Amino acid sequence: MHKNIISRLIDYLIIIFMVFMVIITVYPFYYAVINSLNDGNDLLRGYVLLWPRKFTFDSWKAVLADPTIIRAMFITASRTIIVTVLSMFFTSMFAYAYSRPYLKGKRFYSVLGFINMYVNGGIIPFFLLISSLGLYDTYWVYIIPSLFGGFYNVIIYTSNYKALPTSLFESAKLDGASEFSIYARIVIPLSKPVLTALGVFSVVGIWNDYTVSLYYTQDTNLQTLQYYILQLVKSRGAVEQLESSIAGNSAIAEMLKSAGGKGPVTVQTLELAAMVLAAIPMVIIYPFAQRFFAQGMMVGSVKE
Amino acid sequence: MITQKKIKTKNSKSPGNDVKTQASLHMMLLPGTFIMILFGIIPLYGILIAFKAYRPMMGVEGIFTSSWNNFDNFKQIFRSSEFIPMVRNTLGINLLGQLISIPATIFFALLLNELSSKKFRSFVQTATFLPHFLSWVIFGGLCISLLSADGGAINKLLMMFHITEEPIPFMAKPQYFWMIAILTGLIKDIGYGAIIYLAAIAGVDPALYEAASIDGANRFRRMWHITLPGIRPTVMIMLIFAVAGILNNNFTQIYVFQNPLNQPASQVIDTYVYQIGLQKFQFGVGTAASLMKSVLALILLSVSNFVSNKLTDTGLY
Repeated sequence: MHKNIISRLIDYLIIIFMVFMVIITVYPFYYAVINSLNDGNDLLRGYVLLWPRKFTFDSWKAVLADPTIIRAMFITASRTIIVTVLSMFFTSMFAYAYSRPYLKGKRFYSVLGFINMYVNGGIIPFFLLISSLGLYDTYWVYIIPSLFGGFYNVIIYTSNYKALPTSLFESAKLDGASEFSIYARIVIPLSKPVLTALGVFSVVGIWNDYTVSLYYTQDTNLQTLQYYILQLVKSRGAVEQLESSIAGNSAIAEMLKSAGGKGPVTVQTLELAAMVLAAIPMVIIYPFAQRFFAQGMMVGSVKE
Repeated sequence: MITQKKIKTKNSKSPGNDVKTQASLHMMLLPGTFIMILFGIIPLYGILIAFKAYRPMMGVEGIFTSSWNNFDNFKQIFRSSEFIPMVRNTLGINLLGQLISIPATIFFALLLNELSSKKFRSFVQTATFLPHFLSWVIFGGLCISLLSADGGAINKLLMMFHITEEPIPFMAKPQYFWMIAILTGLIKDIGYGAIIYLAAIAGVDPALYEAASIDGANRFRRMWHITLPGIRPTVMIMLIFAVAGILNNNFTQIYVFQNPLNQPASQVIDTYVYQIGLQKFQFGVGTAASLMKSVLALILLSVSNFVSNKLTDTGLY
């Protein structure tokens, strides 16, 4: 009986710990949502912590009407879709051909693939290549270098193809089906779980990337949503540092504050609304793909 | 002899050896091969500029035509006043970070596994996954805002409990940077990182638990004597990755948090390469720094893999 009570108590402690974990992981996003829905002028009294004090959609309206944000969103979305679709096609097709036992010259592709996985020149040689190909500061820099999903994904696809019954391939081959039609008509329809998982990884990775804009573009018309938000974060940070370093001089601090916020929409609320906007697609898609993650992550870590 | 010949002729007739099949397979491999050679192999020639007096205006040919400069790029890195701080920050953030995050993630996975309600467990998992899918720009930006001295939630909490009387400008003080980088990294990835340990825990033979319960072992003893040894191979692999990645900071994270005031604690090798290379256009120096980093990382990977193979019979290869 005594043991049971202790065990029960431990169960409750674990549940309390889990609730705490949920709060600290989810709260930052929740905080962005409530503050972006609060009046900006009112936020000068301090951020809201639980619920909007002065509820307004004004910042959201401003964000959705801002041509820069709309353009950045279009660039981010189009890049995400194009690269995900094309790179999944090229990578899964590569993996199919690579996994055929009768492929001649397989060693060449293995060596090339492993070099690609483990060795790279770093960002500066890559930068030189990008500029010599004329991709620097063009939309194509978002697309062309990412058209292939990498050899790591090839390994994941290959190990999934191995689970398919070989008799399917053999009978299709005997019926005279071409390699491409075996890939497109038999392998792809049977590989939906791995395609979904890798598709989600690709979407999340590209949508959340800001480094391509940072390294290889200058044109503000080419910036992605993440890069745009990064600049908001960095510039607001600069203002705050200035404030803290001249905290002694309250007159200047006040002036900075009032310049930063006028009316219901301020730099802060705009930034928060843009963040929530950029996060929403990811927040929506990830629970759907959740059951495939363990599968996708395990493959690479198993000793061969 | 005869039988061997027979087998050979049989082989050449087996499906897949004809020219048409081979040609179509290589066609299917072509796009990926092209991208891997163009963006993976060709840039490797660029490493040459680490040893050369290369200037950006020389163009691509300059990679080959510029003169060797007797390791001047490397000397410049070692002489730089930033060298010691950047190595210290890189190692400090990674070592301390792994020291905290690996045990914390295992602990979290073990406790998740103890939850009896499947529904609650999957709810906790889904919720704790959330920050992993937010970009560092968003998650980091929100952390900056939560840590703000100007009404941020953390400072409000600290002042409410009288831990501090004045709000602390966390992002402007170098002494807080490591802690911020480590803790935000932990919160962002703990839910996601737990997956791999949960999968390992699920792979432990249930019969062992039953036998232990019959022998009277309580849940802590079962955790300690069965679960932990059961997931040791996974932990070893994560440790190998951690050691191999010790020079590899998460640039996307550090860059978001970095500012001129916290730079003494936030400059790591990766941000140095970006600054000296792509902002100050000293291509040779930047390439030299990233080359040194890659070579050391490769050595660390093989050494830690070797040690792990010797000590625990677990390794990547």
